[in-house]
Amino acid sequence: MKKVLGVALVLTLILALAPASTEAQEKVTLTIESWRNDDLTIWQDILIPAFNAAHPDIEVVFQPTAPTEYNGALRAKLEGGTAGDLITCRPFDESLNLFQSGHLVSLNELAGMENFSDVAKSAWITDDGSDVFCVPMASVIHGFLYNKTIFDELGLTEPTTETEFLALLEAVKADGLYAPLVMGTVDQWEAATMGYQNIGPNYWLGEEGRLGLIAGTHKYNEGGFLGAFEALARWQPYLPDGYQAISYPDAQNLFALGMGAVYPAGSWDISTFNPQIDFEMGAFKPPLPEGSENCYISDHVDIAMGVNANTPHMDEALIFMEWLTTAEFAGLYSNQLPGFFSLANHSIMLEDPVAQQFLDWRNECESTIRSAYQILSRGEPNNEQDLWLYSAEVLNGNLTPQEAADKVQEGLEAWYEPQQ
Amino acid sequence: MLRTLWANRSKFPLHIIVFLAPAVIIYSTFMIYPLIDSLRLSLYAPDDNQQEVFVGLDNYQKLTTDDLWQPRLEGAIKNNIKFFAIHMLVQNPIGLLLAALLSSQFIRGRAIYRTVIFTPTVLSVVLIGFIWRMILSPLWGISADVIDFINANIIDNLNTLGFGIDAIENQPWLGLENTALPTLALISVWQWIGIPMMLFLAALISIPDELIEAARVDGATAWGVFWRIKFRLILPTVGIVGVLTFVGNFNAFDLIYTTQRATAGPNYSTDILGTFFYRTFFGIQLTPGNPTMGATIAGVMFLIILAGVLLYMFGWQRRILQVEY
Amino acid sequence: MTAIRQLRPAQTIQLVIAHLVLLAYTALAMFPIILIVINSVKSKRAIFTTPYAMPNSNTWDPIGYETVWDRASFPSYFQNSIIVTLASLLLIMLAGSMAAWALAEYRFPGNAIMGLYLALGIMIPIRLGTVSILRLVVDLHLVGTLYALILVYTASGLPLAVFILTNFMKQVPRDLKDAARVDGASEYRIYLMILPLVRPALGTVMVFNMIPIWNDLWFPLILAPSEKSKTVTLGAQSFLGQFVNDWNAVLASLSLAMIPMVILYIIFSRQLIRGLTAGAVK
Repeated sequence: MKKVLGVALVLTLILALAPASTEAQEKVTLTIESWRNDDLTIWQDILIPAFNAAHPDIEVVFQPTAPTEYNGALRAKLEGGTAGDLITCRPFDESLNLFQSGHLVSLNELAGMENFSDVAKSAWITDDGSDVFCVPMASVIHGFLYNKTIFDELGLTEPTTETEFLALLEAVKADGLYAPLVMGTVDQWEAATMGYQNIGPNYWLGEEGRLGLIAGTHKYNEGGFLGAFEALARWQPYLPDGYQAISYPDAQNLFALGMGAVYPAGSWDISTFNPQIDFEMGAFKPPLPEGSENCYISDHVDIAMGVNANTPHMDEALIFMEWLTTAEFAGLYSNQLPGFFSLANHSIMLEDPVAQQFLDWRNECESTIRSAYQILSRGEPNNEQDLWLYSAEVLNGNLTPQEAADKVQEGLEAWYEPQQ
Repeated sequence: MLRTLWANRSKFPLHIIVFLAPAVIIYSTFMIYPLIDSLRLSLYAPDDNQQEVFVGLDNYQKLTTDDLWQPRLEGAIKNNIKFFAIHMLVQNPIGLLLAALLSSQFIRGRAIYRTVIFTPTVLSVVLIGFIWRMILSPLWGISADVIDFINANIIDNLNTLGFGIDAIENQPWLGLENTALPTLALISVWQWIGIPMMLFLAALISIPDELIEAARVDGATAWGVFWRIKFRLILPTVGIVGVLTFVGNFNAFDLIYTTQRATAGPNYSTDILGTFFYRTFFGIQLTPGNPTMGATIAGVMFLIILAGVLLYMFGWQRRILQVEY
Repeated sequence: MTAIRQLRPAQTIQLVIAHLVLLAYTALAMFPIILIVINSVKSKRAIFTTPYAMPNSNTWDPIGYETVWDRASFPSYFQNSIIVTLASLLLIMLAGSMAAWALAEYRFPGNAIMGLYLALGIMIPIRLGTVSILRLVVDLHLVGTLYALILVYTASGLPLAVFILTNFMKQVPRDLKDAARVDGASEYRIYLMILPLVRPALGTVMVFNMIPIWNDLWFPLILAPSEKSKTVTLGAQSFLGQFVNDWNAVLASLSLAMIPMVILYIIFSRQLIRGLTAGAVK
């Protein structure tokens, strides 16, 4: 029913807008700013042609910047007035800042916004809920990928509890041929994102813990948040040789070349690995701590798109925004980029079995988002940055879990009133 | 008398102005104005409504005393000093050694050596960063192989000759707090060594033969000639190389950014002023950029570089001039 | 004359040691570069299993270059880099030599201050003014054009150029200029006459500016990031960022960005080195 509605909506939209776009004789070019440079070919070859099928008069150029440079370069370009018409939105404060400084327009009136739940919109809405400024595109889910060939060779099965997980890693280590757990710490963010935030929700009970931090009732240095640091520290013996200098692409290569058994993943890795691997890949959920029954997953709102307030082509930009709310886009995007799961309410079938598996976890487990993203990274020191740093320090063996947790908590208490 | 002066005055400026104008206009518009405008920013801070208001030197005070900023500033300055010290102790002596060897007329193939050794200097730091990141990656294992080779072929042989040298152990060089910064400094040395080598070479070959011949006749050894004559004569170049290294190192950014990202890990152990500035000014990931504090860091960088250059001009250069005359 | 002298055994040993040191350093300088280039034409598995082997029929695989060819337009990047570098160098040398001439030749009130003012930029990283530069470039409607880059590089190259050229121009013998003045030549003519005499210094200025301009990443990223105005360094950097886990493509793009620079360098190394060692008259 919803799908039918969606399609009907799109059709009316297209009909309504068709005369307007034929009137505009000259072709308008919209430029998309993005950090997703991995997606360049998919935008060029699939998404933009699909959009142009309905809107041949609007040319769209996807112009990505390297992820590490995106925020800085975008801000400079927005301030200088050279940014593209469409801005890919990071979740929460980075984009909220852009909206508050007048670089993004409010999208409250955009037709199609009703296709998104409040949770989906939560990352791109003002604190009082009065303005939405980006169209949610996708979330990413954390879990573990594994090499089925190695599992078969060593007679291993998917673990469900932490004990089984560690026993499995021990078995791979004892065999000695493969790296048990493929991750490095040099880029820091994997330690926090693929490590701490991946397994953490099972320890701090998802939203309960995350909202507790915001309310000031939970602390990083006690209970589940400390437990997650302790669990993370138990990974250390199973990381590859020289993991302190292994970067994210190094880890991807290690796993893709079949040199490692288990890979702590973000679902976006699926689309990176698919064309590269010559073995079968499997996936399992973050393992449960002893005595836990319910599972929690990090289903993190990650990417959205907004309109540059200074665009000379506002009408065309809004047409593109509306297209982003459609079932067509949701289906194309989710299937072309297995591992990026549309946030729209359209029901979508995924062709990729591993991606579908990740998506199924949404039904089996409680979803939450990364603990530091909402509100907690507003002050100095930045909570997310602290998590990167201290998660890496735990894995590098420079800090005990308790020390790291104390430091993170101390940083939060320094400025966040509910925690003081 | 007065009239001629006046006439000269009115006649003089025109062509002087013509000569100076293009440089002064371009330089003032695209360098001095933006720099002053940016430094002006360091005296401002956003208020509650995100409006920038004048706060005097508050930002500087915050940077040097606040619990959040002070350790980062101190860390960045200390790392920058280490980075500079490694260049001074490794790059410049080796550059001098290579230049000394290349200035000798007995060495054949000097032009080839000179050309090849200078090659890394012409390449982009982006490329150099990527190349070394790959070579030092534990994934590729090149550094482990090279170290095995050195252990087996050089250290073992030296030890059979009676030296007691420990074998080198391979490390994740860019991933450990105590090795990352020295490793990056050595990569930078590897890239830039051509510059001091060429400057020293230029100075060495311009020393008149007569001076050296005279010393030889007096029975001085090559070693003695080098230190007592050549080195003293190239002291001005030593100073220039030193100050160029100083300015270059305290502006450095690209290499660390390319290999370690703006987080300058592990645990800020490779954070220098350039990366600190970038991180603060533009922000990373969830940290929004802070232009005013960034400008403040830029102000501190400016003061440090200025102090170094003044020290060189009034300390070193003056003393050298006194020695010369 | 000195070279023909008979070598004593001690000197022979010294010579051998000298060659060993130079050879060792040469190997150190070339090893990483050669490693990248030979692996850029090998299959992914061969890169990891036999990194030191030359490519052979089994391991030959130019897939990396195919990826680069399909996904990046290096010829256009090269064209942009060449235009920006040449135009900036020309402007630096022209404006720089004119200003240096004025400072070196004429006594006028404020000469010293002007010299100091122009030298100020030697020690300040122009990057510290990035945001203001961007705003300025926008106001001048130069965004996304190569002009923006050329003007910024000219501004940042001028201080050192003026500094070096002033010192050289001061050394030009007085009699030459005076003779010309007696002949009634204008100041502009005299400047043009002097210019060829400071060629070595111009060479030095060129060398000092060429490499940083060609290799700069920052300003192309901020001022001219669009596909049609990308320079080689930015093109390589964004390509590397994009294909970072594809070692074939990374090695190929590194080689592609490096090889032309190395070839150009080898062709012009004599001039370049002469420029660097200018002043060493021998």
